[in-house]
Amino acid sequence: MEKRVTFKGIWLPLLLVLPQIAITAVFFFYPAGQAIWQSLFIPDPFGLSMQYVGLGNFEFLFSDPFYRASFLTTAIFSILVTVVSMGIALYLAVLADRLIKGSGVYRTLLIWPYAVAPAVAGVLWLFMFNTRVGVVTWYLGLLGYDWNHVLNGEEAMGLVVVASAWGRISYNFLFFLAGLQAIPKSVIEAAAIDGAHFWTRFRTIVFPLLSPTTFFLLVVNIVYAFFETFGVIHTITSGGPQQSTTILVYKVYSDGFVGQDLGSSAAQSVVLLVIVGLLTIVQFKFIERRVHY
Amino acid sequence: MATVSLKNIKKSFGKTDVIHGVDIDIQEGEFIVIVGPSGCGKSTLLRMVAGLETITAGEVHIDDRKVNDLEPMERDIAMVFQNYALYPHMTVAQNMGYGLKIAGRPKDEIADRVDTAAKLLQLEPYLDRRPRELSGGQRQRVAMGRAIVRKPAVFLFDEPLSNLDAKLRVQMRLEIKQLQRRLGVTSLYVTHDQVEAMTLADRMIVMNAGRADQIGAPLEIYANPATEFVAGFIGSPPTNFFSADLVQTPQTDAKTLGVRPEHMEIVTENARLSGEVLYCEALGAETLVHVRVPNEQVLTVRQSAEKPQPSEGTPIGLNWSANDQMGFDENGKRR
Repeated sequence: MEKRVTFKGIWLPLLLVLPQIAITAVFFFYPAGQAIWQSLFIPDPFGLSMQYVGLGNFEFLFSDPFYRASFLTTAIFSILVTVVSMGIALYLAVLADRLIKGSGVYRTLLIWPYAVAPAVAGVLWLFMFNTRVGVVTWYLGLLGYDWNHVLNGEEAMGLVVVASAWGRISYNFLFFLAGLQAIPKSVIEAAAIDGAHFWTRFRTIVFPLLSPTTFFLLVVNIVYAFFETFGVIHTITSGGPQQSTTILVYKVYSDGFVGQDLGSSAAQSVVLLVIVGLLTIVQFKFIERRVHY
Repeated sequence: MATVSLKNIKKSFGKTDVIHGVDIDIQEGEFIVIVGPSGCGKSTLLRMVAGLETITAGEVHIDDRKVNDLEPMERDIAMVFQNYALYPHMTVAQNMGYGLKIAGRPKDEIADRVDTAAKLLQLEPYLDRRPRELSGGQRQRVAMGRAIVRKPAVFLFDEPLSNLDAKLRVQMRLEIKQLQRRLGVTSLYVTHDQVEAMTLADRMIVMNAGRADQIGAPLEIYANPATEFVAGFIGSPPTNFFSADLVQTPQTDAKTLGVRPEHMEIVTENARLSGEVLYCEALGAETLVHVRVPNEQVLTVRQSAEKPQPSEGTPIGLNWSANDQMGFDENGKRR
């Protein structure tokens, strides 16, 4: 029984939504429209003339091995970021949920990283893992491991994943903790009396009851890994070495602003637009079904 | 079926003592109701038997086995919670069979036992539904079913009926009693409702501020309350208490006197107390007459509806038989 507010005329509600519509129009519809329009042309590097090529930009993109490699990189990157950040966050949330004393301190400390901007987080991790002066690099050196993410693509990927996941743990932790605390205590007690030990309870009761939260976070984290990790990648690896950390969003930037191939960059934006659209549809479909009970 | 014995059970949360030593030996198949006002420690006592709260001091034995340090699952008990605590993502059948599934019982046996319990509780049409598709009374039954299916040695009920409406509560009360008789499982039942306690219990424990004020059969407690608290808590409307000085011919050394409303009578002569009628509540079968006595206290007389109903403001006298008069000392103990 939702409470609905009803308006008599059309003008007041229109006025009330106008600011939001204006913002969406200026910062989303207009640039998105531009991107779609530009993806059909190849402009000259100076932006003085454009040549219509139809879907040529897209044809070129999907036959470009670098672009297809970037798809794979993005998939690996976003899966790792999502799994790492959600896994650690869930683990910490389960621990925090069991805590009776000092949970406030624990919670506050865990939330802090969320306040750090991605680019700043990237720089922090970059300092720690700097190949010449990084603290972690030095300790790894003592252990006999030669860390060099500037040359090693896998290490570079590992570093950007950790840096991107780190700030995300706070966000996921908050949602998981809220989800855990929303589970009635008596349900857990009933399961304990029914004979389920901690791990069984977690598997059969707690985790299924958390599934709305988990699914929500899954989608949000994938979207984050796809689009909001630009700052981290830009500060740490700039997509390298050898494009090993060039995710789709970063390729939009490097092809468009560094490579000056504006047509291809626009086409890539359109591809990303479609991906976000699909993710959103999946999210709504699932949230309406199954996950709620 | 099992015996349960509590030996000097105590509970403290930090420095606050909430239960100050409760003793009782419960026979096999006995239905024990723990009754008391909110905050008296009755739920805590039950949760200590269940293993959901640690026992600060004293011992709990189930069938001569000390269970103080055993996990809830090792105590062979089942519990019905106030909010039912059903697993929302499972069907009724899964809810009821969960304990058996965890225990690794074969599927046929689980289905068999769930069906038997469902038949007993008239839940058969709902086995494939989820808790949110059931009414309050049905959820209550599922919670009972979950307890029955496991065939535990002891049932623990934590205010299982307080979320139901009045009519359903009376009906479920009867069902619980019949079910317990039929299954013969030793039961501990916590409630704040003295009517529930009176109707369900073989014996009841009346708790007051962490102490068991009295343990005994309902009618015995009703007829012979050990303390002023018990006399006031058990029985509705509650017992009238007044200072012994108020009565014209004090024949007792008690400080406070208590007389149940049904034992008081409105008389015109030979009155032990006099007062004036404040107002009457006609309930159909009976009438409650509220009388203001000289020290401004208001006492209640419960009389049959056939008796003449005095009009408000009428001066009247009150009388009662000396046998029905209960005397209490300054600590509320029975004289």
